[in-house]
Amino acid sequence: MMELLAGPLAYLVFFLVIALYYALITLGLNLQWGFTGLFNVGVAGFVLVGAYASAILTTPDDPGRIGGFGLPVPVGMVGAMLSAGLFALLVGIPALRLRHDYLAITTFGIAVTLQLVALNLQVLTGGPFGMNFVPRPLYDVLGGQNGWNLAYLLFVAALVLLVWWGLARLTTSPWGRVLRAIREDEAAAAAIGKHAFRFRLEAFVLGSMVMGLAGAVYAHFIGFIAPEDFLPILTFQVWAMLIVGGAGDHRGAIAGAVLVWAIWTGSGMLLDLFVPPEGKAQAAALQVAGIGVALCLVLLFRPTGLLGRRD
Amino acid sequence: MILQQLADGLVLGSIIALGAIGLTLTYAILRFANFAHGEFLTFGAYLALLALGQFQALSTTTFGPLSFGWPLLASLAVAILATGGLALLLDRLLFAKLGRAGVAIAVVMGSFGAALALRNLLFFAFGGEPQYYSRAIQIALPLLPRSVLGGVRVTPDQLAVLGITVLLVIAMHLFLSRATLGRAMRAVAHNPQLATVTGIDVAAVVRWTWIIGAGLAAVAGVFAGLTVQIRPTMGLDLLLPLFAAVILGGIGSPLGAVLGGLIVGVAESLAVPLVGAEYRAAVAFLLLILILLVRPTGLFGERG
Repeated sequence: MMELLAGPLAYLVFFLVIALYYALITLGLNLQWGFTGLFNVGVAGFVLVGAYASAILTTPDDPGRIGGFGLPVPVGMVGAMLSAGLFALLVGIPALRLRHDYLAITTFGIAVTLQLVALNLQVLTGGPFGMNFVPRPLYDVLGGQNGWNLAYLLFVAALVLLVWWGLARLTTSPWGRVLRAIREDEAAAAAIGKHAFRFRLEAFVLGSMVMGLAGAVYAHFIGFIAPEDFLPILTFQVWAMLIVGGAGDHRGAIAGAVLVWAIWTGSGMLLDLFVPPEGKAQAAALQVAGIGVALCLVLLFRPTGLLGRRD
Repeated sequence: MILQQLADGLVLGSIIALGAIGLTLTYAILRFANFAHGEFLTFGAYLALLALGQFQALSTTTFGPLSFGWPLLASLAVAILATGGLALLLDRLLFAKLGRAGVAIAVVMGSFGAALALRNLLFFAFGGEPQYYSRAIQIALPLLPRSVLGGVRVTPDQLAVLGITVLLVIAMHLFLSRATLGRAMRAVAHNPQLATVTGIDVAAVVRWTWIIGAGLAAVAGVFAGLTVQIRPTMGLDLLLPLFAAVILGGIGSPLGAVLGGLIVGVAESLAVPLVGAEYRAAVAFLLLILILLVRPTGLFGERG
């Protein structure tokens, strides 16, 4: 019985952990876009920073590069959030004072730059081969692969609930009301003394910290990270998730993430089944093109998202 | 060495400049940052490659030492027309509709989706392998001997790229300052309401902005293909330098975009020996952050 269920069940657990990893990122983006109207197109960059920061802090010492410092995993996760927040400050301070498309351009730029650094700064990041031996806490205690995956799923689920609860409290607080006021009418918000730049920067940094945390969650689940885990396509997937779920709704963000990830892996499996190996790369390109077209169609015909919006 | 880097930077810079003119015009006149502009370059480069396959049989002679002859120029014309058509089609199907909805950022998001779709469709159609207009190997000519600061060597194609860029920039400048349509474009960029009141056909101006901007992007794409190679991600890789050039020059200023393009190109080229070729793209990003901090309106810009 256990063997029978091990295959599909184990896969379901694996699928859900990754889906909830996406849900965390989407929650971060939802704070930025859904509540504050900030167009961040460098999502992958902030996730990358979190993953690498936590990996550098927690991996055992490696003579081939600076660090690993062998610190506990929670320290790595806090480090991930702090470093993602730091990079958010770096682009937020120059860009958020200006018109909104400047943020799009600078976040695009920082994701490109961080990808280059991860790929080339071998002494820190391990370069194209990535970083191995990212610790998976209590792996042996929890009975290896399947048992540990299940335990990690519970941990990530708790984390998603915690972030959801925190963000829900924040966005219904006076601070959250100011964010929405600024999004809807900046001049009016300024007139009652709410300085838009400060609130925008806070929301941007906080959202990016959640993305950094998601990166750490990914790194400690897989145990291995490489630059290609954080390509621009990650940004688009998360945008698709938020748009399908309906921006401005935490529950929608989580549901959108799980739904889009299911469609994505499902269509990937179909491609695997029906496309010969030599056509794989091109079939994958078609899959990504599909996301682009879908994004445009949703913008044109269902601008408030597929699952609707409660505001 | 330094002169050689300067020369290489100017060739790269002229490609960025041609792409940036179109980007700054659409940014000013249509009022959104078009993230699909890089894909206009890629589309133009591949379209020219496709056309070249047809025209190559007609003539095999090349212009003197250049690697190309009439067939590539004819292909370039086809690429300009096709890319202009693509821009008009995207405007009709996507940008105009999203723009009317009133959410400014929706158009930017739409351009993102369009870029993703276009880039991957091109990958699907042509594959990911780099391609070239000509397999012939060009010998770089010494312009200056080695004794003068390391000397300068350029290929005839690089010289042609520089020369045609200069001609196009002069033509663009005359068009925008003298021609009725060019002046109407500047008027719409400056103040669309006032332009409408004075009887300017804004819809026509928008159409021509797309055609000219995308046409110049196609030229930039073909030049990038001629001097480097043709790849599905070539436009994406140039997008950050393009935006840096536009913002450095000041949004809406074509001459600023040209100057910005040359500065970004030269800066990237000069930075290579300092930080290594692999960090090339990061140079454009650092320049961009620097401009935003110091002078967000750019060198010639009016608006923030």
